[in-house]
Amino acid sequence: VLLELTADQDFLRETTARFLTDQVPVDRIRDLRHLPEGFDRDYWRRGTDLGWTSLLVGEDDGGGSVSDNGLVDLTLIAHEFGRHAAPGPLAPTNVVAAALTTTGRHREVIESLVSGRCTASWCLEEPGRRDPVDDIRLDARVDGDQVELIGLKRPVEAAATADYHLVTARTGDGLTQVLVPAGTPGMSVRPMQSVDLTRRFSAVEFANVRVPVDAVVGEVGKAAEQVEWQLQLALVILNAETVGAMERAFEMTLDWAFDRYSFGRPLASYQELKHRFADMKSWLEGGHATADVAAEAVALGAPDAGELVSIAKAFIGQYGIELVQDCVQIHGGIGVTFEHDLHLYLRRATLDRSLYGTPAAHRQRIARFVEQAGMAA
Amino acid sequence: MTATDMEEVESFRARARAWIDSCLQPMDDAALAAGLAGELSEEDELAAIGRERELQRMFFDAGFAGICIPREYGGQGLSPAHQRAFNEELDGFQYPARVQVPSISPCAAVLLEFGSEDQKQRHLPAILKGEELWMQLLSEPSGGSDVAGALTTAVQDGDEWILNGSKIWTSGAWWSDWALCLARTNWDVPKHRGLTVFTFPLDRDGVEVHRIEMLNGSREFCQEFLTDVRVPDRDRVGDVDEGWTVGTRWMFHERMLYNSPLVTVPATGRRPTGLVSPLQVARDAGSLDDPMVRDLVGEARMLDVVGRQLQQRIGHAVRTGHISDQGAAIARLFIGTSTARVRTVGFEVAASAGGAWAAEDGAVAGRGVEFLMRQTACIGGGTTEMARNVISERVLGMPRERTGDRDIPFRQVPRGPSGTQARA
Repeated sequence: VLLELTADQDFLRETTARFLTDQVPVDRIRDLRHLPEGFDRDYWRRGTDLGWTSLLVGEDDGGGSVSDNGLVDLTLIAHEFGRHAAPGPLAPTNVVAAALTTTGRHREVIESLVSGRCTASWCLEEPGRRDPVDDIRLDARVDGDQVELIGLKRPVEAAATADYHLVTARTGDGLTQVLVPAGTPGMSVRPMQSVDLTRRFSAVEFANVRVPVDAVVGEVGKAAEQVEWQLQLALVILNAETVGAMERAFEMTLDWAFDRYSFGRPLASYQELKHRFADMKSWLEGGHATADVAAEAVALGAPDAGELVSIAKAFIGQYGIELVQDCVQIHGGIGVTFEHDLHLYLRRATLDRSLYGTPAAHRQRIARFVEQAGMAA
Repeated sequence: MTATDMEEVESFRARARAWIDSCLQPMDDAALAAGLAGELSEEDELAAIGRERELQRMFFDAGFAGICIPREYGGQGLSPAHQRAFNEELDGFQYPARVQVPSISPCAAVLLEFGSEDQKQRHLPAILKGEELWMQLLSEPSGGSDVAGALTTAVQDGDEWILNGSKIWTSGAWWSDWALCLARTNWDVPKHRGLTVFTFPLDRDGVEVHRIEMLNGSREFCQEFLTDVRVPDRDRVGDVDEGWTVGTRWMFHERMLYNSPLVTVPATGRRPTGLVSPLQVARDAGSLDDPMVRDLVGEARMLDVVGRQLQQRIGHAVRTGHISDQGAAIARLFIGTSTARVRTVGFEVAASAGGAWAAEDGAVAGRGVEFLMRQTACIGGGTTEMARNVISERVLGMPRERTGDRDIPFRQVPRGPSGTQARA
């Protein structure tokens, strides 16, 4: 995260940090693995009182941020989610709320997401794709005053608990987005398994799902740019979260290195391990740096925001889990037990790496940007 | 000068913009990269240096040299924010690259911090006018990383000091004017307490500059042999035997490199590194459509960009006191290892042409030689191993490595068989 926060930003971060420490301590997170929903509705609603879902929404719609940059403010929350391996549909609900605010419609839905009464899922990824946006096949057809959706989305985060689903679909050569309320006939939500203890994923099948045409978000066949922007938002949130998880794992392992003695010396006195901590520190600071620059660029709609956010995802996805796996290695056997806390952060970093395009997918994107700009790498 | 009568940054920026637009040419990336890669002939190199001296003089005459160096020493007496604004406006334009590092930082920075009034008056305006190019005589053949273990000796003789020894890894010493030199003045105290810093012109009697040929044919690096070099006491920097106090800050300024608030360089990273873009290599190799090659191109771009983002974060954190000066080692480590990786990528993308190429191969040519030189990124300016020690010990607070030279007179420090003869 940024080195210098305003007093308001620091308050925002600190409030969420304290709330998460209090409400979802590590033992609570271990228990939540048995809860099908993965999070408690009341926990989520109280969390939204702290601004979790209002930062990308304008004041007219009941939102607002503490600085003039709501996305950067949101990265502070996401960072704390990573540091606490916290439950809850943070990325999907915020992305959907942000997407809806651009339409000037759906105000009741936005209000319900901001207030925490409802949550949302973003049905984007399809099986067998490396790039999350390329070659979307779920079909959206306009038929009179209705839109019909046919196809499969997976994995979809928090689909089983979501009250609304924002579905990204194809219409001819263009993309179309449709807001589908939970329980619409023809939709089936099948639970999947996940590496994370509290975040839930589903395969969502749309078998001739029909909704009124005014459920379309934006214009039919013209959503490509909007989808790219939503992807950028999701990546900014995930990147900040992963850096939080990296930071926490690094701190725990640093403490361990001072506390653990072998052959009469602390682990921290072995040059081999010192040098690995130095490498990890450089990756951690690199993660902070690239996540912050990308968040700022996306927030400002900078022309190179797409490339910067892919660079951040590629870097944090790759070096983030290398860092946490190295933390596991330095812990030894205890690092892969369920009893130890380290796996909570390993799980979070691992999950985030796999979503919205792996590092390899984003390296392909970066190559495309570099080629387009014809610039020096 | 107080903050209130200092020119506003934005007004300064507008002035800088106008001057840059009307007086400077666009940067010639290829020429600068060739210079950095050591590919110029001796005549071309000297001509390029002459042009950069003139360019520096233009900056000086226009009132844009030494932007945050005090006016009494030829600078502009403005703030680092003014220098940053100037650097931002300079993006894409020619600038006197060879005058910045090491002349202005670390050498001028060290003089500014530790020099006598007389030294500052004599040298700082001359450096800012491009009249004096400086060199740092720090490393020695006996030990690269262990800078404080210097064997070069200075013995007092009346008002003068007599220096003997050898220094190494000075790039461009053969065309430089003056040097900052760390030497041992006391062998009977622990190593850090017997050092002193001196300055002298490189054409002084007894200074012999030898150009070293590197494995890629570059002859930029030099070794200096000092034989009874006489240095007046007025050219000593800092107190006798207090050289490590100076040296610590000296190496801090060295690590700050382009992050130093004193240097004039384009701000936003259009700074040629001498590295060829893997995209260009892929294009000239005809493999840009290969997804595996594109993966490598993406990786190289990622490392390059994150390295610069990290440098900015660390530079900012050090300037604002969020981390200690030692934190600069974090960026140094990252840039070292990532640059080595980018060179490997260039070599890989070149495929068989990495091993054997023809002159007309474009960017593919030379990737093999660049790969042979790969580790220089992790050696020059302090090895990555030293950076890892600094990060773990000084930033993370881990226990220091055991040393064999602490708290004993330097004379008694154990040395290897080949180093023993060098002992005074």
